[in-house]
Amino acid sequence: MTELLVLSALGAAAVCTGVLVFVVDSMARATFCLLASFLATGAALLVMDLHYLGLLTILMMTIEMAIMVVFMIMLMMNPAGLMPMTMVHNTKGSAAVGATVFVVLVVGIWTVDWPERTGSPPADPTRQVGEAIMGPQMLLMIVVGVVLLATMVAGITLATHRGRYDRFGPDLDRGRPDDPVRGGLPR
Amino acid sequence: MSVLTLQIVLTIAAALVGTGLFGALSQQSIVMVMMGLELVVNGVLLAAGSAWYFLTPQLPDAQVLILMATVVMAVEMAMGFAVALAIYRAQQVDTVDAAGELGG
Repeated sequence: MTELLVLSALGAAAVCTGVLVFVVDSMARATFCLLASFLATGAALLVMDLHYLGLLTILMMTIEMAIMVVFMIMLMMNPAGLMPMTMVHNTKGSAAVGATVFVVLVVGIWTVDWPERTGSPPADPTRQVGEAIMGPQMLLMIVVGVVLLATMVAGITLATHRGRYDRFGPDLDRGRPDDPVRGGLPR
Repeated sequence: MSVLTLQIVLTIAAALVGTGLFGALSQQSIVMVMMGLELVVNGVLLAAGSAWYFLTPQLPDAQVLILMATVVMAVEMAMGFAVALAIYRAQQVDTVDAAGELGG
C-alpha cells in the first residue's frame, strides 16, 4: 500500500512537471520542470529497487538539463520569460494526437490480463543487469558502444565552426591552413 | 495489489508519453521539440522499470531496456544540439518551421 502511494505521488509529480514544461513562459523554467520530471522518474526507479538505473537517471538528467538550459538561453528568443509569447503550431492537432495515444495506451493497460509477478527481485539488481550486458546481452552493449562513438564523431563534425575543408580548401591541397589567427609557437 | 500498482504506474507512463508527443508536435522551437521527445523516453523509462519490478524481476531484460532508453536519450540530445547549432550557424534558424530548405 505504501509502495502504491509513493509511486503514485512520484508519478503524479512527474506528469505535472512534464505538463508544466509546455505551460510556463520561460524556456529556462521549462528546462528545470523537465529536470523535476526526470528526478521524479529516477526516484520512482529507486523505489522499485533499481538502485543503479535510478541513480543513473538522476545524475545523467541533472547534468543534461544543466547543459540544456545553456542552449536554451543561447539559442532561444525568450529565455527568461520576460516577454510572453507563444511558440506553438497546430496545437489542436497535436493535442488530439497526444490524447489519442494516451487513451489507446490506457485502454490497453487496463484491459490486458496482466500476469502475477513471477519470482522475486534479486538481492542485487545491479549485478543482474551487469551480468546480462557482459553475458547474453553483450551484442547490445557492443552496438551501443559503436553508436555512442558515431554520435561523438558526428556531433563534433556538425557542431564545429571551421572544419578541415574550410582550413585547407575544397581539395585539401592548401599548404598552410587558412586560419583567422596564425598558429604555432613563435608568432 | 501489485497488478493494480503496475497498471497505475503504466498509466502514468502513458500520460508522460502523451504529453511528450503533444509537446514534440506542437512546439516550434527546436530545443522544445527535443524536450518533448525526452518526455516520451521518460515515460518509457518508467514503464520498463515497472515492468521489471512488477512482472519479471528475475529476468534482466527490462533493466537492459532502461539502459537502452537512457542511451537513446543521450544520443538524441547530443545529435539534436549538434544539428541545432549547425542550422543556426548556417541560417540563423531556431524554429522547426523556418527549417524548410529540404522541402523542395
